[in-house]
Amino acid sequence: MTKLGQWLCGLALLGSAWAALALAPPGLQPPAPLRQALLPLPVYLLVAFGCYSLATVGYRLATFNDCEEAAAELQGHI
Amino acid sequence: MAARGAERVSVLLPTYNERDNLPLVVWLLARTFTDSGIDFEIIIIDDGSPDGTQEVARQLEKIYGSDKIVRKLFLFPSGTAYIHGMKYATGNFIVIMDADLSHHVRLDFMYCGKQKEGNFDIVSGTRYKGNGGVYGWDLKRKLISRGANFLTQVLLRPGASDLTGSFRLYRKEVLQKLMEKCVSKGYVFQMEMIVRARQLGYTIGEVPISFVDRVYGESKLGGNEIVSFLKGLLTLFATT
Repeated sequence: MTKLGQWLCGLALLGSAWAALALAPPGLQPPAPLRQALLPLPVYLLVAFGCYSLATVGYRLATFNDCEEAAAELQGHI
Repeated sequence: MAARGAERVSVLLPTYNERDNLPLVVWLLARTFTDSGIDFEIIIIDDGSPDGTQEVARQLEKIYGSDKIVRKLFLFPSGTAYIHGMKYATGNFIVIMDADLSHHVRLDFMYCGKQKEGNFDIVSGTRYKGNGGVYGWDLKRKLISRGANFLTQVLLRPGASDLTGSFRLYRKEVLQKLMEKCVSKGYVFQMEMIVRARQLGYTIGEVPISFVDRVYGESKLGGNEIVSFLKGLLTLFATT
């Protein structure tokens, strides 16, 4: 299966689970507090992922090695 | 296990306007290999450089001998030089690298060391792990690089830390197999190689490398490159 395929499957699975629980008809609804947390969950996860991405890229950017010695050595070799 | 003496490394060097860098690269390679006692050959594949690169290559052939330097002229779209060059390679390992001195040649023998250590099918140079890194990059370029790599890791989960690096060692049969399967060009070609290698179950070892900004000549990372990178990434995402 392609990566895209995997993502679509995963999203479909999570999406249907979320929809089943959060948008269920009155008879089958889970308790109120749970529902309140569940409804905005997708947005929370998206924002959390966004923050994680920024933090990771920022961290990696800051720790991106500058190889001074390698450059100097290269010059030396030349 | 094959005796050391029976192994040979072919270095594929695609060139375009590298008349200043080429003698240095060849000299550094030759020295590294002879110091570590590894049999080698260097295949220079030129893309019709107008600056006299081919003349330089001809002179190098005279100096080092034609069993060590093989010259090819091939007008190619980026990425397919390797296919052409590989036909002439007589080694059982193939190294792909840039001819513009951005790859620090000292690390060549580390490759062979790493390859022996794990008997890997591919050894890939990574700028993002260990003491690998870059020199001469401004913040913007680093940001783009890290950002692009992050996106690649999330979408493709390739199991290798540096997909767009182009300093790698392959077993000859592995490279041939991958060449048959890969369809993209440029940066994306390098990425596709690793992704397909994973799919086919080849083992990949990583070695930190230093990417030193060009000693002579100019580098390119414009809007066009970014767009084609994204297109390629999405294509790989949807097709592998």
